[in-house]
Amino acid sequence: MPRQSQTGRLTRGNKPQPGRHTPPRVGPLAGRLADVPVLSVDELIADQDVHIIVCCGSGGVGKTTTSAALALRAAEHGRKVVVLTIDPARRLAQSLGLAELDNTPRTVVGVDTSKNGSLDAMMLDMKRTFDEVVGSHATPAKAEQILSNPFYQALSSSFAGTQEYMAMEKLGQLHAEALAVGRWDLIVVDTPPSRSALDFLDAPERLSSFLDGRLIKLLLAPAKGPARLLSAGMSAVTNALSKVLGGQTLRDVQTFVAAFDTLFGGFRARAEKTYRVLRAPQTAFLVVATPESDALREAAFFVERLAAERMPLAGLVLNRVTERPTPGLTSRAADAAAERLDRLDDIEGLTIALLHLHSSRLSRLEQEQGLRRRFAAAHPQVPTATIHALASDVSDLASLRRVGESLAV
Amino acid sequence: MSQPSDLSGVRLHIVTGKGGTGKTTVAAALALALASGGKKVLLCEVEDRQGIASIFDVAPLPYAERRIAVGPDGGEVFALAIDTEAALLEYLDMFYRLGKAGKALDRFGVIDFATTIAPGLGDVLLTGKVFEATRRSEAGRPTYDAVVLDAPPTGRIGRFLNVNTEVAGIAKVGLIRNQADSIMGLLKSGQTRIHLVTSLEEMPVQETLDSIIELEGIGLPIGVILVNLATESELASGDLHAAVRSELDETRIEATLKEAGVEADPPVVAGLLELARQHGERVMLEREQQTRLEAAGVPVVALPDVDGGIDLGALYELANQLCASAEF
Repeated sequence: MPRQSQTGRLTRGNKPQPGRHTPPRVGPLAGRLADVPVLSVDELIADQDVHIIVCCGSGGVGKTTTSAALALRAAEHGRKVVVLTIDPARRLAQSLGLAELDNTPRTVVGVDTSKNGSLDAMMLDMKRTFDEVVGSHATPAKAEQILSNPFYQALSSSFAGTQEYMAMEKLGQLHAEALAVGRWDLIVVDTPPSRSALDFLDAPERLSSFLDGRLIKLLLAPAKGPARLLSAGMSAVTNALSKVLGGQTLRDVQTFVAAFDTLFGGFRARAEKTYRVLRAPQTAFLVVATPESDALREAAFFVERLAAERMPLAGLVLNRVTERPTPGLTSRAADAAAERLDRLDDIEGLTIALLHLHSSRLSRLEQEQGLRRRFAAAHPQVPTATIHALASDVSDLASLRRVGESLAV
Repeated sequence: MSQPSDLSGVRLHIVTGKGGTGKTTVAAALALALASGGKKVLLCEVEDRQGIASIFDVAPLPYAERRIAVGPDGGEVFALAIDTEAALLEYLDMFYRLGKAGKALDRFGVIDFATTIAPGLGDVLLTGKVFEATRRSEAGRPTYDAVVLDAPPTGRIGRFLNVNTEVAGIAKVGLIRNQADSIMGLLKSGQTRIHLVTSLEEMPVQETLDSIIELEGIGLPIGVILVNLATESELASGDLHAAVRSELDETRIEATLKEAGVEADPPVVAGLLELARQHGERVMLEREQQTRLEAAGVPVVALPDVDGGIDLGALYELANQLCASAEF
């Protein structure tokens, strides 16, 4: 069941394993193929009590574009916005004035500030964020020891979960800064394109369970003191580890863990604080999807997971929705006309091609609407906003603005 | 700059691509295509997503090779969902006979550590299992004629495959290091090709081109670019250009529609023209992207646009197209 298999990869309890218990699906057990309730994006961004909007969804559905468009619209409606993006497309980044990965929010030029709003944007640099955490929570000597440890270097630049930890960390920092300085009243966050896109929710728990694990104690033992702490079982473990990893590596791990021991505590406390902020009513989660069965299945998983975590879900954003073409010509009529033309002589193919375009657009639309009705039947509580498929790529403020307009209709 | 596209001696096909471009679907279709000549093929996934099970509409795959498709000519596709934890335990047992200590490791949280925190180790375990399956032989001949890996997306692929460098930082000597060296040997050899799946949109194309440079820089052999989800057009080239500039002959279209018995009131004609403009714009953009891909010096294979989304039938249609293409 793919729904369950999308749960946090690294949270062992949730891990999909055949035969193991998997969480049940959450939602009404009977539902009608009803009309889709509408999410008013303008009400959401106008709501002064909403301070954080988190856009989540699976890879390739347009989370970054949606976050940027939403942030721009909010700013032009008078909010003081900062948008935290993770790995945006190059041209989109340029349109926001982000020339390179750079960990500080920069003011976006070209935004309409007539309603006293503003827009800042930043791209997450996970390594630098991590280094800053180390720098601000350890003595200079210790910080240097950590920063030069090969385990730390690999962890901070390439570990698959680091981006999630750091996105949480950065969100926490921005939130604290927003509260203290008042530079922003709305933070829009794009979540990392991770394998399981709600990994960031699991980050604090994963960290805690790791820290409370006996491995840490085991690894710390030789560094801290007498070997009497080691039971027979433990020494078997260290032996095995050094056999597999090599002795130097084991020593590196031990120094790393020892140096990190104190740091981790504060890190965990902050991650848990951010988690509580995410749960508070000032936060609104938007699940982004495209009207395709795979993407909607993942969206259903997100919606259920957020409900299970009691996270405030504002609604679903459906991206790349097919626009309804001219009224008055059904797909059957268009197909029939094309067929009649096909039988005539001396007819240029253009009109036939146009009729085919029209009918295939309509049938795609019908298919999408069927999928959406089904989604709504299973999740009637989820209001939905849509973004029409644009013919061209979104790569400047004007096209972001159009996305925002489409979203607000 | 790129590798020769001859795929005849290739035994390990690695499929990557940006999220949303149909990477898993294409990997599955490729496995079917490779098995279609009476061959035995293993299809692996490594991301705990159970994407293969979902595509083939079967129960979640365990950490064991399961036969999921059989052809009339005796071709077989096996599937395997590689799980870091299970791979580690198997690995420890197989190479170090750590049966008991392996379990102890689990109790101490070492397995968690190795598979989540220790950088690179998880990837070595995943690629290590693929390596083992590719190299495995029974009675003097390879167990599988080919192995297809549904690999992590382009954003992570370089790091994932560059296991050598990944563990270099943490393990300079030792068994893990040796293992990484042998895996790298296979990955860089003529027996391996990395295929990139992309749609004709700017970002996936950019990621594809970036990945090719990255992978070639590491010395990994590129196979082909597989273009998925391309917009097909019935319009003649001249009409496409005219459509984009809103210069299509309105009166003629109106007259033709009337001939076909359609009540062509102005909104209908205007609607069709707008549709043509959007379509033309999309097709032009895609052609631009196609040109960028072709400039990369890697063979480009087009996949048909499968109507109505991917189901089993569509998968076989894709496999058929792959069989028919000159590259496979």
